[in-house]
Amino acid sequence: MENMVNVFIMGKKYEVPSSLTIMTAMEYAGYKLVRGCGCRNGFCGACATIYRVKGDNQLHACLACQTQVVEGMYIATLPFFPLEKKVFDVEKIRPEEQIMMQLYPEIYKCIGCNACTKACTQELNVMQYIAYAQRGEYEIAAEESFDCVMCGVCSSRCPAGITHPHVALLARRLTGKYLAPESAHLTDRVQEIKDGTFEELMQKLMGKPVEELKELYNNREIEK
Amino acid sequence: MFTEEMLKSMKILEETRASRIGLEPRRMTAEEKEALLAKFHPDYIKEQFAELQVGPNKGDKVPLELADLLQAASRIEGMDIDLSAPDYETDVLIIGGGGAGASAAIEADNGGAKVMVVTKLRMGDANTMMAEGGIQAADKPNDSPAIHYVDAMGGGHFANKPELLYKLVTEAPDAIKWLNDLGVMFDKTEDGTMVTTHGGGTSRKRMHACRDYSGAEIMRVLRDEVLNRGIEVVDFTAAIELIKDDKGQVAGAVLQNMETGKLLVAKAKTVIIATGGAGRLHYQGFPTSNHYGATADGLIMGYRAGAKLLYADTLQYHPTGVAFPQQIFGALVTEKVRSIGAMLVNKDGEVFMNPLETRDVSAASIIRECKERGKGVDTGDGGQGIWLDTPMIEMIHGEGTIEKRIPAMMRMYGKYGIDIRKVPILIYPTLHYQNGGLEIGADGTTAIDNLYVAGEAVGGIHGRNRLMGNSLLDIIVFGRNAGRNAAKKAADISLGEMTLSHVADFAKEVEAAGLKGDIVSPKLLPDYVRK
Repeated sequence: MENMVNVFIMGKKYEVPSSLTIMTAMEYAGYKLVRGCGCRNGFCGACATIYRVKGDNQLHACLACQTQVVEGMYIATLPFFPLEKKVFDVEKIRPEEQIMMQLYPEIYKCIGCNACTKACTQELNVMQYIAYAQRGEYEIAAEESFDCVMCGVCSSRCPAGITHPHVALLARRLTGKYLAPESAHLTDRVQEIKDGTFEELMQKLMGKPVEELKELYNNREIEK
Repeated sequence: MFTEEMLKSMKILEETRASRIGLEPRRMTAEEKEALLAKFHPDYIKEQFAELQVGPNKGDKVPLELADLLQAASRIEGMDIDLSAPDYETDVLIIGGGGAGASAAIEADNGGAKVMVVTKLRMGDANTMMAEGGIQAADKPNDSPAIHYVDAMGGGHFANKPELLYKLVTEAPDAIKWLNDLGVMFDKTEDGTMVTTHGGGTSRKRMHACRDYSGAEIMRVLRDEVLNRGIEVVDFTAAIELIKDDKGQVAGAVLQNMETGKLLVAKAKTVIIATGGAGRLHYQGFPTSNHYGATADGLIMGYRAGAKLLYADTLQYHPTGVAFPQQIFGALVTEKVRSIGAMLVNKDGEVFMNPLETRDVSAASIIRECKERGKGVDTGDGGQGIWLDTPMIEMIHGEGTIEKRIPAMMRMYGKYGIDIRKVPILIYPTLHYQNGGLEIGADGTTAIDNLYVAGEAVGGIHGRNRLMGNSLLDIIVFGRNAGRNAAKKAADISLGEMTLSHVADFAKEVEAAGLKGDIVSPKLLPDYVRK
């Protein structure tokens, strides 16, 4: 006999096996999901969920696909939350402090309550990366926010109206494009290909019968 | 949480771990691989495939579940759809909001076309988002597109279409540069050198990564770029049938709002199918690492419109899906875990294969170890698994490596109280990738005028087995390619009168073949509601 627990999906009580995740518990209860379900593997942030366990005032946030149900769980899904994304031309912006002031000035209204960090479904230090973004320290902001799945729970808890995931994304794009060191070997290889350096070899390979390709493949040298 | 058997076996692994460090297990010979695949790879189980009885691939074999959908009834059967007043009109219609669709949208926008993306869930709800390990490109001095070509050809059992593979490998470095210049944060050393590793079947270390969030990082940036450009994205709306014109060209699609059920008509000069894979069809009952909407919709719509499938009978089972705990059963454990040192070990602590064989060979070898040799570990609910010895990683590369290089894996297991730095994990193959799909030429077109395909919905790039890191690569290379060409083509197209007669004609063929049943397709979403 399966061990069952009682959960409250949007307040309504259902008895479900305790081995299920919140997402599979909803399906067990009869929900056919369209909203609030994406990759089902913890990468897309579609299934942001807020819950409280009966008798405990602590509010928790999680991804429904990555969280097992417990007895007395009150579940509210957050399939959409209005995040304010500002539009920019990545070719024209520069990794300077003023770009955050222009696009996301509300980050300077952070009151330091840390509700974002407490709510993060990925256990990131959200308030800290916002602080780095305020100071124009984009590389660290990028590093600290890297595992963000953009579920938006942080923003739902923010009294200053900050859209943390988009601030982080801007910091990361600035870092990837402008602050990370250039890869000389990549630039060189792109140029070599443009110059046709490999063209003759490639044409020869493409014309080879399968038997010859097999010979090449089975005897290739593998880098240690 | 762990069973007695697991704990006992973990102890054996612990005792033998030091002896594995520095070990270089022998690779299988070509003959050994062939024999192994024939006996243990799911693609070789004949009764799991059916012969198609209608359509352009009549006589070819495809998985049973796919055959059912390809020869099913249309969702619009018997409906009278007014095509005279389209709800949307655009130059380029892109079906699918994953990496291929987004790349296509950006390039079509660069080409000056009016672009619209339609996606049945949200933009970015796609397998791209879940690709963990990395993206291949031959950009190191000891590597070349030619070596990449041979690796992929061999991995694909020499069935890859040469002109597609040529494009994939020669445009790979430029694809990486394009992403880098859009702001994707690749793992680099301080001097800018890309941190690259091996994938199964590669002969050079050419796997570029963004921690183990490679696909997520790429998808977040591409989506952001699509939004920055103001490209129209119609989400929670599925394409359910292609529309043609009276000249036989593709001219748009019938759409359906996923929430309200309302049908809509989109008219377009060119259409790009970028609908991705089919893991949620759960071929042969396998769990899957794919996203919720991976149901082969594009293959169904394309096939009904007359486009041909190539290698639709070959699927990729990723060797390392989660076997335990049950809550994340079938989820992907990135190949990168093996790239950075973890070995596959059976319940007696034996290394039974080189951990970096190609995926089909690795999956078959794991299945053999469990089914034939009885060396799997019971997962507690009827299944079996093989150990992936993750603690080896930090013995080789030092403490902190796992958190730095594979944080998503550490987090995923951590939620169930499993610290992968300390204990090994149980894995078993999971349905991961659709090797085959709709056939295209090097310009991204099908045999049907104005119809393009990009990404996982394409067949032929990877032959009969894809190498790790060549899929993130193909969505970029072929997504951009399709976007560019579809925009160019759209500039000089005049459409005739729109029609859905091909759908009715196909239905007649199905009926004539005596196949009429109660299945409708495309499937759009799997049904996981408890019955």
